Amino acid sequence: MSYFRAENLSLHFGGLKAVDSVSFAVEKGEILSIIGPNGAGKSSIFNLISRIYSPTSGRIFFEDQDITEQPAYGIAKLGIARTFQNIELFENASVLANLLVGRHRHSTTQLWQELLFLPSVRGNEKIHRRRVEQVIEFLDLEPYRDKLISGLPYGVRKVIELARALCTEPKLILLDEPSSGLNVEETDDMSFWIRDMKSELGVTVLMVEHDMTLVNRVSDRVIALNYGRVLAMGTPAEVQEHPDVVAAYLGA
Amino acid sequence: MRFMFKTDYEDDIRLFPHSGYLFSYGTLLVLLAIAPFVLSSYIVSQLVFVCIYATVGVGLMILTGFTGQASLGHAAFLAIGAYTAAYLQQFNVPFPVYFLAAGLLTGVIGALVGFPALRLQGIYLVIATISFALIVEEILARWESVTHGNEGMRVKTIQLLGTTVPRDSPAFYFLCLGVLILTIVGTLNLLRSPTGRAFVAIRDSETAARSMGVNVSLYKVKSFAISAAITGFAGCLFAHKLSFISPEMFTLQLSIEFIIVILIGGTFSLHGAVLGAIFIVMIDPFLTYLKDDVPGMVAGVAATLGAGAERAAHIQNSVSAFASANGLKGAIYGIIIVLFVLFEPLGLYGRWLKIKLFFQLFPLYKRATFKRQKIYVKSERYR
Repeated sequence: MSYFRAENLSLHFGGLKAVDSVSFAVEKGEILSIIGPNGAGKSSIFNLISRIYSPTSGRIFFEDQDITEQPAYGIAKLGIARTFQNIELFENASVLANLLVGRHRHSTTQLWQELLFLPSVRGNEKIHRRRVEQVIEFLDLEPYRDKLISGLPYGVRKVIELARALCTEPKLILLDEPSSGLNVEETDDMSFWIRDMKSELGVTVLMVEHDMTLVNRVSDRVIALNYGRVLAMGTPAEVQEHPDVVAAYLGA
Repeated sequence: MRFMFKTDYEDDIRLFPHSGYLFSYGTLLVLLAIAPFVLSSYIVSQLVFVCIYATVGVGLMILTGFTGQASLGHAAFLAIGAYTAAYLQQFNVPFPVYFLAAGLLTGVIGALVGFPALRLQGIYLVIATISFALIVEEILARWESVTHGNEGMRVKTIQLLGTTVPRDSPAFYFLCLGVLILTIVGTLNLLRSPTGRAFVAIRDSETAARSMGVNVSLYKVKSFAISAAITGFAGCLFAHKLSFISPEMFTLQLSIEFIIVILIGGTFSLHGAVLGAIFIVMIDPFLTYLKDDVPGMVAGVAATLGAGAERAAHIQNSVSAFASANGLKGAIYGIIIVLFVLFEPLGLYGRWLKIKLFFQLFPLYKRATFKRQKIYVKSERYR
């Protein structure tokens, strides 16, 4: 069985079929990219997986467990983290606080213990902070550690989103256009980090991306979507040469 | 200027980041400890009100300032705390027991209010909490077997550890101060642990909070419950301070006063709750001054400027009519809110931070330091 599986996933808004019975599987430890023109349904698939939307039909499996009925916070608890295309950070909190929210699924303390800040809470806090510090080091975020998000530039925010997702210690990470709005150097950094995430942290990556250079560099496999349907699936080179994909991008 | 070199995770966790804090809060504590013995009983009485309002302010700050859920129903929570205390007192329940009961019962009711409020946001949540407050006000007036309706209830003096604690004694002041300090410390503890961070996450982006594994509904209810419980504790003290409670004390205006407390103080910090409480308690003496002294003063000025005796008396009358007009207090509240939102959105504590930074960086202070850059890329589509 596959590590992660979507079966006949559909999302209809009235008559509009944003996602139309899409099936795919992600193997453990691979980097799978989803490409497609604007409005192809790429982000909708992500929002279905992370349960921001509920699918009209179809099922989602993760580690042989049906997660279609899980609430959004339950998905994160299972080890699926995500970033957002348009950056959804906690604006009025420090970078450190943002990353510590990523540790939420590992918090075990009760409210009354936290009110008294018992030694168990303090101990857990130190463990969380050590983990967060490792992620900060991994993504070179040291200069921004204590800064408020609202004062940071776009490129840094993008990295912080990735950092926050990594702080959850995910098994599967969903990256929604990790390079959008980044310049060439920042995109380079991003591609190294994505590959390091796979090799060093053992995270499986599912990614939506427009930048084909980045896709070619990091992906093991690519899925091309258009009008909510799968056009082609395979290695980056195969998918790019597929006649349907060429037609979708350039017109028939 | 002080530079902090962090060498330990404790540096981010501890309540007093460096010795300067310890010194200034220590000094404040000493001043507060000697206050009832050197200040007049009127001022000490005002300080008690500051403590009570600040406690409510901290409670409301958790809900509105940190979780981002606006509430105009906190007068009702205060009323529930006050009436629970007054009711249980009739059966000779000891003070610590009914004090705890007031907080816990209010907390439970807060959680119950939190459930229907889960689906509401922004202005709709405000309307829901206002309706809750109106319902409670009505129940207090009608449920005469328990609340004695509009006759109100007398609240007896506190009996604690075999002694009486009169409402104008230093002991009562210390009791209120102690409750305030415990509330603040508890809230600070919460804010440096996962629950507090989950609250802030919900405030800034519910979608992201959910995707990070925060059970948004559960934490909203928790926030409502904690906020209400704190207000309930304050309500018990409020009842004792006034020694008489009736439904018309817990009106919408009181809820608005609580909102002013956190808005004027600054909605991002607990300092704001205390500063706002000081501000709001000072409004009543200011109004009295406006009523009693200002009309005579204006008439005096008019007379020296050459107005006749009759004209001066006329001016005095109209100023005095203005100063004692019914609704003036409400109008002043409205003006204060508008002015602060427009010109000092960070509140009194924000102003204090700016002044502090000005002297720390002198002469390099830049006004733009506190300007928030507006970012337009954030999409609204998940809401």
